[in-house]
Amino acid sequence: MLRLMWHGASMTTSAYAIEAVGLVKRFGDKTALGGVSFEVPAGTVCGLLGPNGAGKTTAVRILTTLSRPDAGSARVAGIDVLAAPGEARKVLGLAAQDATVDALLTGRENLTMIGELHHLGRRVAKARADELLEQFSLADAGRRLVKTYSGGMRRRLDLAATLVARPEVLFLDEPTTGLDPRARNELWDVLETLVDEGATILLTTQYLEEADRLADDIVVVDHGSVIARGDARSLKRQVGGAQLFATVVDPERLDDVRAHVGRVAGAEPTVDPESRTVQAPTEEGPRAVSALADVLADEGVEVDDIGLRQPTLDDVFLTLTGTAIAAADEEPVEVTR
Amino acid sequence: MSIAVPAPAERRANPFTDVWVIARRGLLHMRRHPEALADVTLQPVMFTLLFAYVFGGAIQVADGGYREFLMGGIFAQTIVFGAFGVAITLAHDRTNGAIDRFRSLPLGNGAVLGGHAVASLLRSVLPIILMSICGLIVGWRINSGVVDAVHAYVLMLGLSFAVVWIGVLMGSLLPTPEAVQGVAFTVIFPVTFIASTFVPVSTLPGVLKTIAEWNPVSSVAESLRELFGNPRGDFGPNPPWPMEHPVAYSWIWIVAIVLVCAPIAIRAYRKTTSD
Repeated sequence: MLRLMWHGASMTTSAYAIEAVGLVKRFGDKTALGGVSFEVPAGTVCGLLGPNGAGKTTAVRILTTLSRPDAGSARVAGIDVLAAPGEARKVLGLAAQDATVDALLTGRENLTMIGELHHLGRRVAKARADELLEQFSLADAGRRLVKTYSGGMRRRLDLAATLVARPEVLFLDEPTTGLDPRARNELWDVLETLVDEGATILLTTQYLEEADRLADDIVVVDHGSVIARGDARSLKRQVGGAQLFATVVDPERLDDVRAHVGRVAGAEPTVDPESRTVQAPTEEGPRAVSALADVLADEGVEVDDIGLRQPTLDDVFLTLTGTAIAAADEEPVEVTR
Repeated sequence: MSIAVPAPAERRANPFTDVWVIARRGLLHMRRHPEALADVTLQPVMFTLLFAYVFGGAIQVADGGYREFLMGGIFAQTIVFGAFGVAITLAHDRTNGAIDRFRSLPLGNGAVLGGHAVASLLRSVLPIILMSICGLIVGWRINSGVVDAVHAYVLMLGLSFAVVWIGVLMGSLLPTPEAVQGVAFTVIFPVTFIASTFVPVSTLPGVLKTIAEWNPVSSVAESLRELFGNPRGDFGPNPPWPMEHPVAYSWIWIVAIVLVCAPIAIRAYRKTTSD
């Protein structure tokens, strides 16, 4: 059972634990961030949601002092990360996208080293390492070299490493990418405990389910810009309520169905050829389902499924950008090295 | 129950501790990845045996035996090869994200490079000891006094320290461990051979002879031969300055390498590890 003690955000002098103002970052002629601004109130979890290459990692690297923006400013726990990166590093914790724990050290040595480099002193660092290994169910593996760990164990150790000095603000860059579903669920449990303890977390993810489950606020980024923000419910409302959908048997009929769905729902439908599904927001409620079923039956269109469902964040993304988050459909694989 | 962690304002940063923590990590890596030590352990042993027993018979040295002549060269070559160890470690750190981890921690500016340098210097002690034993087995002897012998070992440590900075420079400029290997075999390997490492330079043709005479690898090899009281190469009646004063010439190189390479290496490292 995980028990995590938390310092809280008592040191924070600003109302926000994280403030990003107009961040711009270019690599050559490619613009990774085109003026990104957002704030994260202390004690909340912000989900930075977007597909690969949207600029999520670039934003995290700037906020954690690893990269300098071409324009804009940023504060973490009230500290200007550009003016005082050394101070900022004392109060932030970063779990980078690839677990950067040291494969040739044991789990315990990894955590002790991080503690020592945070200047906790060797004795405190060792005690803290043991405490974290216990909390992250790694106590038995603590004296084994990390290269023998599974992908899920590495991620847990990496997360533990970011917590060694009890940071005020945590940055988790795609914490569950590459994990199998079981390891991902385990990590979500750990993160939820942190959230319950009142940690301030900025979490980047391509998984809508993850943002929905963990984040208070969601900032949707695409091509280096914020395209929407709000909590999961308000984002779903932007899509326009319940979705009327029909999945056809014969993909040749998608265009016919599109017209019918549009007329019944009273809104422009979206078509996903891959899943042979047409859907559109509707205000009509369950009546729309029977109306659509009747029309399709009259036309002789065979359907696999038909119905009404609440919008997901996938729909939000589809509505906002016109493209689905491709990577969200990929089957995650276990990371082994 | 939970462990009390000092608040950020109460934490005492100590640059020497930072350097030592990073160095200790480097030493643990060596112990747990001994294959990486092959270039400074197995390889020089192999060279010693090959040259002592296979090529040695065909190489004429003015006075004394070839095996006594050989060891100065083997020491010099092995120490120069030490540069790869540092370069490869740094390149690995960059490719596996360790550098980013360190950069997100409140470390002093030179701590990571300093730690690598200390670890590498300690690492270089191993081959020096190993080669000494190996030399004694094949028939090499220290024929000089204690002061000269100690000077010889100090010179080796000095060269090791200088070479660390060449390694840091390579590790900062070259993107991957594979690129480091490539440079190793195309640049450093020949540099250690166009020298008095294994043969007296008098046998080399014109231009190569001049290069060899001014090559610091030669001067280190000759210095060690002189300081250990081993036979030296034959440089004729008017030897060039470096070969007449190899110890002074070697120290000039060592100081120059550190003064030139260290600042460039530190800057290159900063540049390649930011953004």
